[in-house]
Amino acid sequence: MARRSTPGNIVTTTIDWAARWAQTQSMWPATFGLACCAIEMMATGTAHNDLARFGMEVFRASPRQADLMIVAGRVSQKMAPVLRQVYDQMPEPKWVISMGACASTGGMFNNYALVQGVDQVVPVDMYVPGCPPGPQSLMHGILTLQRQIMTGQKVSG
Amino acid sequence: MDEAPGRTVSADQETDTQYVEEWVSGTEVPDEMATGEGAQEMALQESGYRFREQLGAVVTDDYLYEEEVSEDERMIINMGPQHPSTHGVLRLQLELEGEMIKRCKPVIGYLHTGMEKTAETLTFMQGPTNVTRMDYLAPLHNELAFSLATEKLLGVEVPPRAAAIRVLMTELNRISSHLVALATNGMDIGAISMMMYGFRERELILAFFEKTTGLRMNHNYIRPGGVAADLPPGWRQDVANILKTIPARLGQYDDLLKENPIWLSRTQGVGVITAKECRAYGITGPILRGTGVEWDLRKVFPYSGIDQYEFDVPVGAHGDVYDRYRVRVEEIIQSLRIVEQAAERMPKGDFRADDRKVTPPPRARIDESMEALIHHFKIFTEGFRPPPGEAYTAVESPRGELGCYLVSDGGGKPWRCHIRAPSFYNLQALPVMLAESMVADTIATIASLDPVMGDVDR
Repeated sequence: MARRSTPGNIVTTTIDWAARWAQTQSMWPATFGLACCAIEMMATGTAHNDLARFGMEVFRASPRQADLMIVAGRVSQKMAPVLRQVYDQMPEPKWVISMGACASTGGMFNNYALVQGVDQVVPVDMYVPGCPPGPQSLMHGILTLQRQIMTGQKVSG
Repeated sequence: MDEAPGRTVSADQETDTQYVEEWVSGTEVPDEMATGEGAQEMALQESGYRFREQLGAVVTDDYLYEEEVSEDERMIINMGPQHPSTHGVLRLQLELEGEMIKRCKPVIGYLHTGMEKTAETLTFMQGPTNVTRMDYLAPLHNELAFSLATEKLLGVEVPPRAAAIRVLMTELNRISSHLVALATNGMDIGAISMMMYGFRERELILAFFEKTTGLRMNHNYIRPGGVAADLPPGWRQDVANILKTIPARLGQYDDLLKENPIWLSRTQGVGVITAKECRAYGITGPILRGTGVEWDLRKVFPYSGIDQYEFDVPVGAHGDVYDRYRVRVEEIIQSLRIVEQAAERMPKGDFRADDRKVTPPPRARIDESMEALIHHFKIFTEGFRPPPGEAYTAVESPRGELGCYLVSDGGGKPWRCHIRAPSFYNLQALPVMLAESMVADTIATIASLDPVMGDVDR
């Protein structure tokens, strides 16, 4: 946290930096599981992979307490309005991770039923590839998003 | 209006719905409510057939109540589709009187992916890629059902090693699926430790799946004609490790749940369904076995040579949430027995049928044989063409009878692919189980059904 520390245990920083640091280190995702990716999202949160290491094990059932939405799975035409409503209910600042091929592009299902990419419905900050992405991929996506928030610039990979 | 639609010609005075003698597609009376926005909503003032249908009134039994609906005492609340305990995107409409559930109506379709239609655009070779994403907790069972149906159309026999690998992999998949069922059931009622335990052991099995198939989920490993690849080097050690670890961990689950008074009071006598009702709704799997019916497709309609293995069919007695939990735990033990036998007697030989029109040639042959190269190219571009006909095969997935119905018109792609999804049928049990129960029991009951919405909506 310390930018410059003086000998007397005094830490100085900017408010902007401290706020961003707090945002990244306690990012609470909304439980928004849709399909296969939701199982991998759960696997990321549980014992073996332990998402709690990055301060985000608190999956919130209410979107009003969450600031990160992980769109985990395929978004059907019927689900899209619900997804948008959940997003609108989340307080600012908020971020969206599009997890998996289906959420990002429609994946292998180029048909009448699926929204071909969740970015048609909500703004997406980070795309995590895979079908489904493993827990490591999701964690990498989350950490990259945290880096993006800290630096305030687009970070790729 | 007591009769089901399709039986009589009559006009319902109250709902203005006409029912016709025999249903012929396209001749039905246009009903705005049937497809209009909000057609699936539950209304307070409902009566007649639709009302009884929502009560689960196919079987006349004691939960059927004849009271008039009074608007001021009842309340309809919405649960889902975004709810942490609905196992995906299930939406329930509950009519409550205080804390008592009077009616429950599941609304589905929030994960409809059009996979059965997509299957018509993919060759038989590509089919497993599609069906594996339906029931994403039991991907290998989906692939097996599809592959068996395709092989039935083709008349192809798989070699013994392929059959044994299929049994080994699907039974491991059953264990991992039941572990998730136990984990989520535990978490929903408040036993968070069970969530951690269940997913910890699942990782063990998934590591083996990743090593064998290349993926943790959605494997596309079981394909028409055999399996995609042979078991990897060191697989015996991995399977032995799983066989050693999981029985010990099952003891931990029993310590946590089996005689836990909170768990018992939350699960015993909750979400009860009878064997008669199960039969009426076509409910299979652990829910049916929880009522005491010994019905397992592995015993009654064996596939992949599973009748050569020794195992028991665990059954419950009361058909409640606790019995379904016990049945799943016992099934893990039985699956471990099958895995052990499969690993012991794993036959030598080829892992896919030696029919070059159906399965690709070995990689090494492609470098030395022109025919092999042509076969490889043909199979992966246009696939194979089964003779016209239809086939239905069913396997016992962790959720019940998972069937695949394929129609071929002689082309390289299925003319129609229908999946009999166990979760879809099992979900019908919810109105029966939840009628006259408490709101808090809803969560325990849904979790004990173990529905996978990808399987329901497809």
